[in-house]
Amino acid sequence: MLEINNLHVKLEDEDKQILKGLSLTVEAGKVHAIMGPNGSGKSTLSYVLAGRDGYEVTDGSATLDGDSLLDMEPEERAAHGLFLAFQYPVEIPGVGNMTFLRTAVNAQRKARGEEELSSGDFLKVVRAKAKELKIDAEMLKRPVNVGFSGGEKKRNEILQMAMLEPRMCILDETDSGLDVDAMKLVAEGVNALRSEGRAFLVITHYQRLLDHIKPDVVHIMANGRIVKTGGPELALEVENNGYADILAEVNAGVNA
Amino acid sequence: MTTAQALSPRAARRAARQESTAAFIATLTPPQGPAWAAPLRKAALERLADLTLPDRRDEYWGYTNPDRLIAADIRPAEVFKITDEPPMYQGIDRLKLVFVDGVFSAADSDALEGDGIEISRLADSGDIHWAKDLYGTLEAKGQKPVARPLGALNSALATDGVLIRVTGKVSRPVSLIYRRGSEDAAVVLHHVIRMEPGSELTLLENGPVAARANMCLEADVADGAALHHVRTMGRDHERKGVTHVFARLGAKSLFKSFSLSMNGRLMRNEAQVWLEGEGGVAHVAGAALGDGTFHHDDTVFITHSAPGCESRQVFKKVLRDGAVGVFQGKILVEQPAQLTDGYQLSQSLLLDEKCQFLAKPELEIYADDVKCSHGSTSGEISPDHLFYLRARGVPEEEAKLLLVLAFLAETLDEIDSEDIANDMRLRLRRWLERHAH
Ligand SMILES: Nc1ncnc2c1ncn2[C@@H]1O[C@H](COP(=O)(O)OP(=O)(O)OP(=O)(O)O)[C@@H](O)[C@H]1O
Ligand SMILES: [Mg+2]
Repeated sequence: MLEINNLHVKLEDEDKQILKGLSLTVEAGKVHAIMGPNGSGKSTLSYVLAGRDGYEVTDGSATLDGDSLLDMEPEERAAHGLFLAFQYPVEIPGVGNMTFLRTAVNAQRKARGEEELSSGDFLKVVRAKAKELKIDAEMLKRPVNVGFSGGEKKRNEILQMAMLEPRMCILDETDSGLDVDAMKLVAEGVNALRSEGRAFLVITHYQRLLDHIKPDVVHIMANGRIVKTGGPELALEVENNGYADILAEVNAGVNA
Repeated sequence: MTTAQALSPRAARRAARQESTAAFIATLTPPQGPAWAAPLRKAALERLADLTLPDRRDEYWGYTNPDRLIAADIRPAEVFKITDEPPMYQGIDRLKLVFVDGVFSAADSDALEGDGIEISRLADSGDIHWAKDLYGTLEAKGQKPVARPLGALNSALATDGVLIRVTGKVSRPVSLIYRRGSEDAAVVLHHVIRMEPGSELTLLENGPVAARANMCLEADVADGAALHHVRTMGRDHERKGVTHVFARLGAKSLFKSFSLSMNGRLMRNEAQVWLEGEGGVAHVAGAALGDGTFHHDDTVFITHSAPGCESRQVFKKVLRDGAVGVFQGKILVEQPAQLTDGYQLSQSLLLDEKCQFLAKPELEIYADDVKCSHGSTSGEISPDHLFYLRARGVPEEEAKLLLVLAFLAETLDEIDSEDIANDMRLRLRRWLERHAH
């Protein structure tokens, strides 16, 4: 589904290379996790895939179901089924959460040549999904993320994901800032969406989220690259020993 | 006659200004009108002679050049007819009063009557005793501490307008509709409103007035009365004009004024409000959108004279392609006005680098127990906000539109009627859609 090949990315305004030949394939129906030290480039990868300004792709490719993501506008990527749950969701004063959600859902449907949802149908769906995530109706009326707690913002990201029903979901540290119960809710939200035709890339620092969202594959990212790939046991190893051993082993391999 | 050499430079400047103002006044033709107004007009002309015409060097004319608001040559402007959107306030039951080129048109208007309200034309000859005590009075009061000579000019020259006395709670808004017939009319309108204690009214104004307009509204809002004023100007591109709102508020009274201004070449909207009774509330707000040669100036002066009053100024401008926005706003809190709650916000959203926002926010406080805040900012659409919306699939133009509307939302919140606010949202959305790249 998602294929990233030898991706090199630098900052547009600075001579700073962040992704240095990153390759990764996520198959349909699978959950992949990415772990890696702070500053290794995980969020940068997610931003570049979603189409944020400020980065320059100097080499490599990224495709979703064979279509090159890097040539598309952010809204086209979204309409193609890519979704990024942000590490730091922004507050947008003056834009109502409901207006925003409806505009987004209908814009994507329109882009895909589907019929727009009537406001009645839309309301019904939102209310039901919000309830599952324990987002109360009052929060839906407020402007996007304004005055939301950290955990509420993260749940709001998952609500958007549930409404938009993307095929490729990238979750950037959606677990950070969540209490234990909220983490369960978020994980349930994600698990409810797991299906044959949908894949997840879950960026996290903690094994705890992966207890709830069982990954098929775990990647370790360091210094702008995937340096090791394995099964769920890799996450446990990180949890217990940190990155030092893995990185030492990788370096030894490189130097050998 | 004293020679110029004998005067100090300052006195010489004043003498020169008085001389050119006198020459300007000599060119004017004072209008025919009711006998009661004649002495009031004469007094206004004398005020103007004394104040002299505005000048770029005046403190509150530094950002806006008054010349084209005064020049003898009016510069014709194409009569702009709006055919691509429904008329304003279409679904709102209201008393319609139509002015064509600044002349009241009885044929196009509803009858001048209603429950709890007395309405007459300024151009009528009848002796309207209450108006006699009010016409030009608030304008004259408003000449201090800052001169507003174009207000005096208005009182002297106004040919028409409405005189409204409100005695009850009037549920049907009075809707002043301006239409243009000629390309080169210069229109001077003066409305006077007296809100008796406990009365209520919503006054709507909309439509292109003239190639050049000088409009004045004097409102005396007695104890416990409430006046809601909502005005839209535009979309005529060549519009030039100056407006003044003078409002005096009694105890526990309310005055809310909102203006939407779209397009136009040169607009100066002045508001002067006095909170003279305990517990009065005054909100003055405006949204202005323009591009290219658009120059829009809001100059607001709110004086708190009595304790426990609240005032809000909320002004936002959306500027594109070289447009210029000006905000000059003052909260003056006099010594007796303890427990004043004053708020002032002026912001502009610059859609490109060619635009300019000039702001002069001021607080002047002589009471010690007050809560006053003011802020003035100017910025662009936040790239983070834009990306967030686009990442969810909202196309760039639609995302920008949402963010511009979001920027303006706080001004629209100042309109109490949801129906009227929604009509404004529609106009804003249409303007933005027409002006999308
Ligand atoms: N716009 C930017 N300007 C300057 N430096 C940047 C920018 N974006 C990313 N970087 C730098 O690139 C590196 C990778 O950052 P990134 O946010 O992708 O890391 P991360 O792996 O997500 O870290 P964390 O685990 O802390 O979230 C960091 O050194 C960061 O400071
Ligand atoms: Mg990160």
